Amino acid sequence: MNGRFGWKGGTPANVLITGARVVDPRENLDQQMDVLVADGIITQIAAAGSITAGDSTITVQDAGSILMPAFTDPHIHLRTPGQEHKETIASGTMAAAAGGYCLVIAMPNTTPVIDGPDLLRGILARANETAVIPMAQTGAITRDLAGTELTEMATMMDTGAAGFTDDGIAVRDAGVLRRALRYQAVAGGVIALHEEDTALSMGAPINEGVVSARLGLRGQPGSAESTMIARDCALARMENAAIHIQHVSTYESVEVIRREKAQGTRVTAEASPHHLLLTEEACSTLDSRAKMNPPLRTEVDRNAVIAGLVDGTLDCVATDHAPHSDDEKSQPFEDAPFGTTGLETSFAVLYDELVTPGLIELGVLVERMTSGCVPFGFEPPTVAVGEPANLALFDTRAEWTAGETGWVSMSSNSCFTGRAMSGRISLTLAGGVIVHTAEANR
Amino acid sequence: MRHLLGIEDLGREGIERILDRAESFEGVASRDIQKVPALRGRLIVNLFYEASTRTTSSFELAAKRLSADVISVRSSGSSVEKGESLKDTITTLDAYEPAAIVVRHPKAGAAHLVSKWTRAAVINAGDGAHAHPTQALLDVHTLRGRVGNLDGRNIWIVGDIAHSRVARSTAKAFSLMGARVTLAGPPTLMPPGIGVALGCEETTSLAKLGEADVVYALRMQHERMEGGDVPSLAEYSAHYGVTEDRLGADQLVMHPGPVNRGVEISGDVVDSSRALIAQQVAAGVAVRMAVLYELLAGAEKDGRMREVSAA
Repeated sequence: MNGRFGWKGGTPANVLITGARVVDPRENLDQQMDVLVADGIITQIAAAGSITAGDSTITVQDAGSILMPAFTDPHIHLRTPGQEHKETIASGTMAAAAGGYCLVIAMPNTTPVIDGPDLLRGILARANETAVIPMAQTGAITRDLAGTELTEMATMMDTGAAGFTDDGIAVRDAGVLRRALRYQAVAGGVIALHEEDTALSMGAPINEGVVSARLGLRGQPGSAESTMIARDCALARMENAAIHIQHVSTYESVEVIRREKAQGTRVTAEASPHHLLLTEEACSTLDSRAKMNPPLRTEVDRNAVIAGLVDGTLDCVATDHAPHSDDEKSQPFEDAPFGTTGLETSFAVLYDELVTPGLIELGVLVERMTSGCVPFGFEPPTVAVGEPANLALFDTRAEWTAGETGWVSMSSNSCFTGRAMSGRISLTLAGGVIVHTAEANR
Repeated sequence: MRHLLGIEDLGREGIERILDRAESFEGVASRDIQKVPALRGRLIVNLFYEASTRTTSSFELAAKRLSADVISVRSSGSSVEKGESLKDTITTLDAYEPAAIVVRHPKAGAAHLVSKWTRAAVINAGDGAHAHPTQALLDVHTLRGRVGNLDGRNIWIVGDIAHSRVARSTAKAFSLMGARVTLAGPPTLMPPGIGVALGCEETTSLAKLGEADVVYALRMQHERMEGGDVPSLAEYSAHYGVTEDRLGADQLVMHPGPVNRGVEISGDVVDSSRALIAQQVAAGVAVRMAVLYELLAGAEKDGRMREVSAA
């Protein structure tokens, strides 16, 4: 894992968190406990009220909070290099810290595209100077995301790539993808796939359905995604390669992945909060904050994505945090770029709308929020003695509303704007360092 | 009501109120002085991002007949061509303090966005394939003028439903007025879910076209062929053309114009007495006068109405 992320680091913390409900399914933990962090390492986990803090230790006493392993996000956009007016490594990783994350994996569709070892080295060096939490960087599968020539994947892996993806566009040519999958045997690194047959989707800004018909917009049929997943699973099976399906959004897609997993295909997959909680109806008013790719789908699709996350067909939650400036999003729906921010709201919205109504158990959600790093070869964080403190504390009593402005991210294009939530991340430790506190919650 | 962005902003009552007023404006054109002073001294901006002869000219004329000052801005040759964003264009125009901005734009939702960036009343003169509420109003006005009450009337809208803002707004308006609307066209030009979306019947066959009291033909654009949506215009008109052969004796025919004779509608139908196409064009000015009046003078209804009646 060494060298596979960049981070500026910080002073190891001495913290005692006392009385919180500690939830870590990997450690079979779900009870009120005290957790002591000394010099950035978890040194003691014991019955609530039983640990006494030393002089230099910050004590956080909080019976109304949930303490979890901090989250990992396999899919975010930091817009660096080239689009630093939308986000920087510093602002994006600070937003991640505010959302309870200890590791994020950045996509390579920047300007220029991260498609070679020098660019990758540059990003990791910048992360070592400015990243608030550890960030890993994926490289492109094909040069300039053009879908034709493979990148120097083996050299990029040696340089510290997290894996490979042409995220934002699909690898249209099956022959090219097959070569990338074969090459994985020497390069290593999971191949993460944005699945979209553009002959079917035609770049449409919205799902094909009742809402697109009503609005007079061209729509993307769900089959544009599911048929590509089926194709690529077949290729992965043929080459015994590992693939990771990004932002799964349809019923059919979940069915295909469930079937492939049962047959032993080496496929993992992610679900995004917006596909778990919103449908195409959110586009009814042509609010461009609800425009993302893949688009918001139907209630049937949404329920299938939830069921997939619950039963593990979908392995993890990925925000696909995609910041855009107000100017870009203030265009007519068709002209506005795809994407919503998500790092600062993900756990709060999912807790509110999936855990509270009983659609998913808290322990399962914590597992899915933390395991996004696994397909990319990182160990998930755990709440265990001897581990570095990667912890997220969630104050269940904090009432807040996602605003038009007031984000840690440089961009404010949140599809959850206006939504009232119960609960907010009040403390985050990444790699033993305090990276976010409740005081930072505006 | 501050803006007219979609026909659903009005509801049946609103449609009737506007069309009743349009009727009172209809006589204005035949006077010696073809004007009433209702909007004297007020500025109306026509902002057209798409070429449109009849919509632009009828809005201009409507504003002038209400004695408003009018400026028309077209995207070609303007700052828009120099890369100015819609928002900045609106901010600039808003500095002139217009009472209303009439906007035509190729993208859905543009008029709605404009309404957020200006203090003026915004009238949607067509946004993408989304909405065209003043066309819907003049369609209802024309048909009401011919057959009276639309309750229970059977209206078929035939053609390129997918790309038509007219189909969407006019179907909704006819439905609001109590008519039963059927959408018909080739499957490749009927978006999945369109019937549910608009609350209409949908069919890909004209076999039962005889059930219609009114057949509303949509313009078939040549570029649809290049997109592969229909194999050829000849095949389209063979299966979906509105021709005398397909029509019964009492059926009326409408079309938003401009007409492609021999494609979506045959020339003899266009020229027949069953066609209300010329009446639709004529209705455009009075209906748009009524819309401007509703938005800009409606608040001072009493005083202004007297002024209009006296004029």
